[in-house]
Order: sequence, then C-alpha cells, then structure tokens
Amino acid sequence: MTVLSPPAARPLTRPLVPAERRTEPAPAIKADIRNVHFFYKKFEALKGISLPLYDRRVTAFIGPSGCGKSTLLRVFNRIYNLYPEQRAEGEVIIDGRNVLEPGYDVNLLRAKVGMVFQKPTPFPMSIYDNIAFGIRLYETLPASELDGRVEQALQRAALWNEVKDKLKQSGLGLSGGQQQRLCIARAIALKPEILLLDEPASALDPISTSKIEELIHELRSDYCIAIVTHNMQQAARTADFTAFMYLGELIEYAETEKIFTKPNKKQTEDYVTGRFG
Amino acid sequence: MTLYQRRRLSNQVVLGLSLAATALGLFWLAAILTTLLANGLTALSADLFTQMTPPPGSQGGLANAIFGSLVMTGIATLIGTPVGILAGTYLAEYSRGSRLAEVIRFINDILLSAPSIIIGLFVYEVVVLRMGHFSAWAGALALAIIVVPVVVRTTEDMLRLVPDTLREAAAALGAPKWRTVVQISYRAALQGIVTGIMLAVARISGETAPLLFTALNNQFWSTDLNAPMANLPVVIFQFALSPYADWQTLAWGGALLITTVILVLNIGARLVASWSSVKR
Repeated sequence: MTVLSPPAARPLTRPLVPAERRTEPAPAIKADIRNVHFFYKKFEALKGISLPLYDRRVTAFIGPSGCGKSTLLRVFNRIYNLYPEQRAEGEVIIDGRNVLEPGYDVNLLRAKVGMVFQKPTPFPMSIYDNIAFGIRLYETLPASELDGRVEQALQRAALWNEVKDKLKQSGLGLSGGQQQRLCIARAIALKPEILLLDEPASALDPISTSKIEELIHELRSDYCIAIVTHNMQQAARTADFTAFMYLGELIEYAETEKIFTKPNKKQTEDYVTGRFG
Repeated sequence: MTLYQRRRLSNQVVLGLSLAATALGLFWLAAILTTLLANGLTALSADLFTQMTPPPGSQGGLANAIFGSLVMTGIATLIGTPVGILAGTYLAEYSRGSRLAEVIRFINDILLSAPSIIIGLFVYEVVVLRMGHFSAWAGALALAIIVVPVVVRTTEDMLRLVPDTLREAAAALGAPKWRTVVQISYRAALQGIVTGIMLAVARISGETAPLLFTALNNQFWSTDLNAPMANLPVVIFQFALSPYADWQTLAWGGALLITTVILVLNIGARLVASWSSVKR
C-alpha cells in the first residue's frame, strides 16, 4: 500500500497581475504602518501590524472574519474616532507625518484618505448632491466648475453614462451596484491620495462586482488602494500585494502572486487553498 | 382531537377574541364620531367662525376661541419644537454612552407621561401667580411644556433609525459632526421628525386642563398675549356643562372642529410618514 502524500497546494486562480506590471519602476511607499495595535475597550483587535502601502498599487487584505482586516483599514482614516471606546496605538506615516498623533486634523486626513464601505451608503439627496457634498466641504466653486467636478468624478467611477440624465433624482433610487459606484465617485471627487475599500463588492451581484473590479483596475494608476475582501479570487484579480491576517496578526505579506502560489507560511497556504477559514 | 386540530382551534379562538376586541374599540370610536357629527353639524354655520362667544340666550359663535387656540397652539409649537429637536439631537447624536443622557432620557419620559393638569398647575404657580393674572403667554407656555417631551422623544427615535454607516460615510469624507447632523441625519430623519411635530400639535390642540389654569377664557376678541385668552377646549368645557341649549350647541360645534383638526393632523402625519416609502 502506498502512502499518498497530500496534494500540492493549487492556486485558486491564475494570478491576473500581468507581466508588464512587474517591469514597472519600483513603487514608492505611500503609507507606512508601524506596529499598530487596536483596542475595542479592553479587547486587543490588532496586535502590532507593520507593513507598507505602495503608491499606485493595490494592496489586498484577506483573512477569516474577525481577523482584524476591516479594523486595520479603519485605522488609516481614523474613522474609529467616532466611537470613544475604540483606540489605536502605533504609527501610520503618511507624507512624513504620523496620522495617529493626537494633533493631526482628522478631517484633512479623511480628505486625503477616502473610504468606501461594504454596504453602499448613498446620502438621502440627489445624485448630484451626493458627489457635491464632499467637494463643498473644502472648496467654494462656481456652479459651472462644480458641475465639471461632479461629471469628472462620475466619469471616473464609470457611472456617468447611466446617470447623466437623472442627476437631480435621489441617489437612493439607484441599484446596489450603481450606489456603490456612486460612493466611489463621491470618494474620488475629493481627489484623495489613498482609497480604502472595505469589502466594496460583497453586497453586490457578480456583474456589479466585475464592474467594481474593473474600476479598481482603472483607479490603480492614480491612487494607492487598500482593499479588504473575503473573496480570494478578487484579491488575486485586483491586487499587486496581499496581506494575510489572522486573529489580529499579520501572518504574511508579499506580492499577490507569491501569496497565492508559493506562500512562506503554512497558515497562509491553508487559507488560500481553502483548507481552513 | 389531534394536536393539529387543537392548534387550529386555539388559533381560531384567539383570532376571534382579537377581532372582538378590535370591534369593541372601533365601536366606541364610531359612536363618538357619529354623536359628534349628529350634534356638531347643526352648529356649523358661518357665525361659528365670525361671531364672538355670546352671553347665554343670544346668538354667537366661537371666533375668539378659534383664534385663541390657533395663537396659543402656534406659539407653543414655536417654542417647544426647537427645544425638543435640539434636545433630541443631543440625545441621539452627541451623548453616546453618557450618564447625563440617561438622566435626561428618564426625566423626559416622566414629563411625557405627566398628567397635563400638573403642568397647568406648575405654570399657574410659576407664571400666573407672579404676573398676577391669567394670560395667553402662560397658556402657550404650558402647552409648550407638553410639546417638548413628545418632540424630544420622536426626534431621538427617528435619528436613531438613521444607520451609523451613513454617519461614517459622511465622516469619511471629512465632514465635521455638525454638518453630518444637519445635512445627513436630519435629512434622513425628516419625515419622522415632522410626523412627531404634527402629533405633538394634535396632542395640545385638545388639552383643556393646562389652559384652565393659565389662559383661562375671555368672552371677547383679544389679541393681547398678556391678557386671558379664549380657547376652544375651555369654552367647550364651560359651555357643555352649562344649562343653556345654545351654549351646548356651540360646544358641540367646537368639539367637532377640534376633532376634525386632530383627525386631519393625524392623517397628515401618516401621509408624511409614508412619503419615503413611496419615493423608493
């Protein structure tokens, strides 16, 4: 009787990072995360995370539910500050400054670091005003210029053709996928430098999902993008770098192709091949 | 009898009891409305809206009382609504996890269920005795005190229904808290807040006890807010208990008016509340 060795780990999908990407010049670090800890009251949800986010690259965060990937994303724009019982320690260096230090202006931070949430969150106002809301927070523009900015953002989010004739209608009347692209348009209308996507497609059907993924691909050339996803194919399809997290710790961080084909850690391999998690 | 048959039987029994209870409630409502219509419609005439409350045995209307009710309800709403909305906003948006908010919420609930006669007595003690006379201001103030807890409660409840994800989305764009509240939360909760205000107005438009101690009554047309002012509930109270037939008729007319206003406000509140669901 022969002893069967366990089957070799097979990648779920062919990595879609095309060859030409690998020949691009080495990316610059946009955000440097150094030893970040996070606490919900007494519970330590992040136990010292360190990794870089590269400019004009997509970094995916994967891991089972509760591993802390969304929590980490919420540190980058300090959205957790809305809840007094939550706090973060460590450093997130963006443009030479630690954004976690107490004196840092969170509103300016959030203009620089845009975020799109799991569930589409259109504001209860017209499509136009949904986009203009954020712009008006920082700039007083003449109407024609504002119109231009709104159009530009909607174009960029690949939504313009679907909504150009109903800009005055409520944003709540759009389909789920359209609402999510509206939220992305709203975020990029502020011309952020970093874009955080917290499971942006998990509430959407496959067609809307592929539109969002195409969009991520488009936006990659201008932004530093961090995406949290439960869907490993999605990480493989969209990301240049992938971070695997488990129980509040960063287990492995590397180029996406490496994570999905020859990860260093057994845990990572088990997760990406679907043996656990 | 099988278990299934027993379940069906008990279902039918309870369903029957529920229907009977509903019918009992509706019966009295219908009885009140038909009596009101039968007696009130005969009192409806142009005089009701143009003539002053008469001395016994002569012709007259309720013009001064209608005017007084409108004025005092209006002032009470103008005072009570902003206070209520601001307090409700504090409770829902700014007081996350605070002890003070717990206390305020508790006191507000007590005020919400306080008998209105107590509020009337309170204003009598604090305002009427100090001023030395009854006045429309005192009446409006008593009504405002009734408006506040209703509006606080509905505002808080409605703002709490606005999902936190919406607030996060606004904050993620760098919107300061106050802008999020004014431009996002209020907008999302608008229908609910308006409904609450309408219900509060409906509630005070029929209140008698607080006015009895504060605005009292006035036989004449008066626009002086520092003087006693006629108002529908107190006039109805006085006229309905009188032995004079023409006064009683006027009381029926006034009762029909108030009921109609309350009905309209309630239906209006329902329509406002259903806007959002229609639009989506």
